[in-house]
Amino acid sequence: MITAAVPERENYLNNAYGIKSWLLTRDHKRIGLLYLFTVTLFFFLGGAFATMIRIELLTPQGNFVSSETYNKLFTMHGVAMIFFFLIPAIPATLGNFFLPMMIGARDLAFPRINLLSWYLLVIGGLFSLFAMLAGGVDTGWTFYTPYSTTYSNSWVIATALGIFISGFSSILTGLNFIVTVHRMRAPGMTWMRMPLFVWSHYATALIQVLGTPVVAVTIILLFCERVFHIGIFDPTLGGDPVLFQHMFWFYSHPAVYIMILPAMGIVSELVSVFSRKPVFGYQFVAYASMAIAVLGFLVWGHHLFVSTQSVYAALVFSFLSYFVAIPSAIKVFNWTATLYKGSISFATPMLYAFGFIGLFTIGGLTGLFVAALGFDVHVTDTYFVVAHFHYIMVGGTIMAYLGGLHYWWPKITGRMYPEGWAKLSALIIFLGFNLTFFPQFILGYLGMPRRYHVYPDEFQVLHVLSTAGASVLAVGYLMPMIYFIWSLRYGKVASANPWGATGLEWQTPSPPPVHNFDVTPIVTHDAYDYSTVIGQEVEVG
Amino acid sequence: MPANDAHAHAESPALRVQFDTEAQQKDASTLGMWLFLITEVMFFGGMFLVYTVYRNAYPGIFAIASSSLDVYIGAANTVVLLCSSFTMVLAVRAAQLGQRKAIILFLILTLILGGIFLGVKAYEWNEKFQEHHVPGSSFHFEGMQPDEQAHAQLFFSLYFAMTGLHALHMVIGVGMLLFLIRQAQKGRYSAEYMTPVDLGGLYWHFVDIIWIFLFPLLYLIDRHLKG
Repeated sequence: MITAAVPERENYLNNAYGIKSWLLTRDHKRIGLLYLFTVTLFFFLGGAFATMIRIELLTPQGNFVSSETYNKLFTMHGVAMIFFFLIPAIPATLGNFFLPMMIGARDLAFPRINLLSWYLLVIGGLFSLFAMLAGGVDTGWTFYTPYSTTYSNSWVIATALGIFISGFSSILTGLNFIVTVHRMRAPGMTWMRMPLFVWSHYATALIQVLGTPVVAVTIILLFCERVFHIGIFDPTLGGDPVLFQHMFWFYSHPAVYIMILPAMGIVSELVSVFSRKPVFGYQFVAYASMAIAVLGFLVWGHHLFVSTQSVYAALVFSFLSYFVAIPSAIKVFNWTATLYKGSISFATPMLYAFGFIGLFTIGGLTGLFVAALGFDVHVTDTYFVVAHFHYIMVGGTIMAYLGGLHYWWPKITGRMYPEGWAKLSALIIFLGFNLTFFPQFILGYLGMPRRYHVYPDEFQVLHVLSTAGASVLAVGYLMPMIYFIWSLRYGKVASANPWGATGLEWQTPSPPPVHNFDVTPIVTHDAYDYSTVIGQEVEVG
Repeated sequence: MPANDAHAHAESPALRVQFDTEAQQKDASTLGMWLFLITEVMFFGGMFLVYTVYRNAYPGIFAIASSSLDVYIGAANTVVLLCSSFTMVLAVRAAQLGQRKAIILFLILTLILGGIFLGVKAYEWNEKFQEHHVPGSSFHFEGMQPDEQAHAQLFFSLYFAMTGLHALHMVIGVGMLLFLIRQAQKGRYSAEYMTPVDLGGLYWHFVDIIWIFLFPLLYLIDRHLKG
């Protein structure tokens, strides 16, 4: 390499070197990368558990692992994926990196708290990891009492403690985002000029701040119950185990929206950029995020339809659950309307956005099935529910997350990813995903219960299809790992704005300078005003 | 406002690089503190919910168990805590006026009152141990049937969980006061920059308000039923 005659422009990656410059950094961009590294590890850990689950389910007999081990596998798959991947995945990586840039700020409001929140996630992750290595936990990721407090002989305390600690990571990230959006916007960046990515992260942050403390106190009570046996969730001592379910789902249902709202924010960006049109009904999409955040707190009881919850409460919760469909549908319709007469490009991020819209629609509509009292009793604790929430979490959140990673990769690293390989992997992931999870809808409807590893022979064909799909999906997920790393060295050097996008993050060099902008931008246009970028060279698309 | 960072720093050592002005920084810090207190409300809210559920489920037993608490000690401690909030307000006011010695004096007074509260709380807990009112295998409440014992134990479980969580917040508050006193002694706070004292005050008042709810819930409700 003799070509490096021109001194490289200083950016956030080359302004300091060494392990300390990363572990003690307060730069939101570097912290975003620390998160990216951490959640990727947990994604592949959770994926490893999923692999073992799918191998076991190839045959109707339990011949790969014992029942006890199987219980631990699906529990640890859920814990790793939900608490240490899906919840931090988009907000703490892409949100951390781009929320300040999109509103024209030099950093988040509290950079040290931002770093602290990464350490909390790591410490919490280490506790849960310790529990997994020491022998695992078998309660299901929901920790239902009294099994988790009285009967389980596995590492409940260490796992719960890990989730408790990582919860504070989520709270602090949310707090940082809210303050940043309120107080750090660049001149001219009014609320109605904010990119929808920022709106959806604002809504997410509200849930993180309001919901997570409730699950924290629930875990404290779980801890007291298991260690001191104080009776709060123990029916033999006058306690009510279903109270735990209420408190758990008061957080854990809104937590689903912590996973999906940021994903919707990414899709709004992608759909607009790659059809070169402003998002149709911008205000409706923005307010729909807020509506989902608020309604999300009013529907937890739909997880308790077959518990001791009163039938009248169940009716109300079912009714309110249908309300969530309205803002969700507004988003889907508005994305579709944005495409209408747009100059659509089929670049990789757009493929992921299309994947998201289709899969989220299926996941959302089957959500209405299980929100219906009568049908839910039929499919409770079956693979229908498993398929439903994987369509939301994997088909929705991970699709959008990967779309966002591809879209912003040139900004983060200053390099383009290889477009051909990326398109291929997007296709493989889409096919693999559907092959894995669509058969599970049928399995569940036919009566295959979740959390069992022995099943009647007639279910085997569908299970084999699902496992085959999981293998395809695994290939699809490994490919970006490889070509992203490859692109760091061999990828085409990216310009400041390779997509011709309007966001402020694209008006600064790639990779960005330490404080994001050489001069604080002054905003004079709406978020998706493509007249501002006409004439700029677009490299891909 | 295109800010020149180096210039801004020369002006004010307390202004951090991500902010343009000190007013913006103070606004952000204050909003952050209020949000943190909202998370605390949700946190304690979970406890209050559990309390409400079981108070409703076992009202008679809870009334009897509750009336075994010493209401006079509880009331006296409430007065102590209210006084500490008053001295905290005076400390914040002193900080606004830039009176360094007065800040230190009132923070120390707040610290002493907080310490008294915790001491009295420890005395009360100790009494519970002697009366066998601590949940566990040796729990015993005089004059109750075995199944009622379990429900009385629920009351004391909640009593310890709620007052314990509150006391933990008090201990954190004491640590915060020690930090503020140390910084005030170094002359870090002035009429222009006193955000930490202000935010410390918010936290202290919040912990105080939690107790204002805990005291009637645990000590006062249905006291007249004791007979």
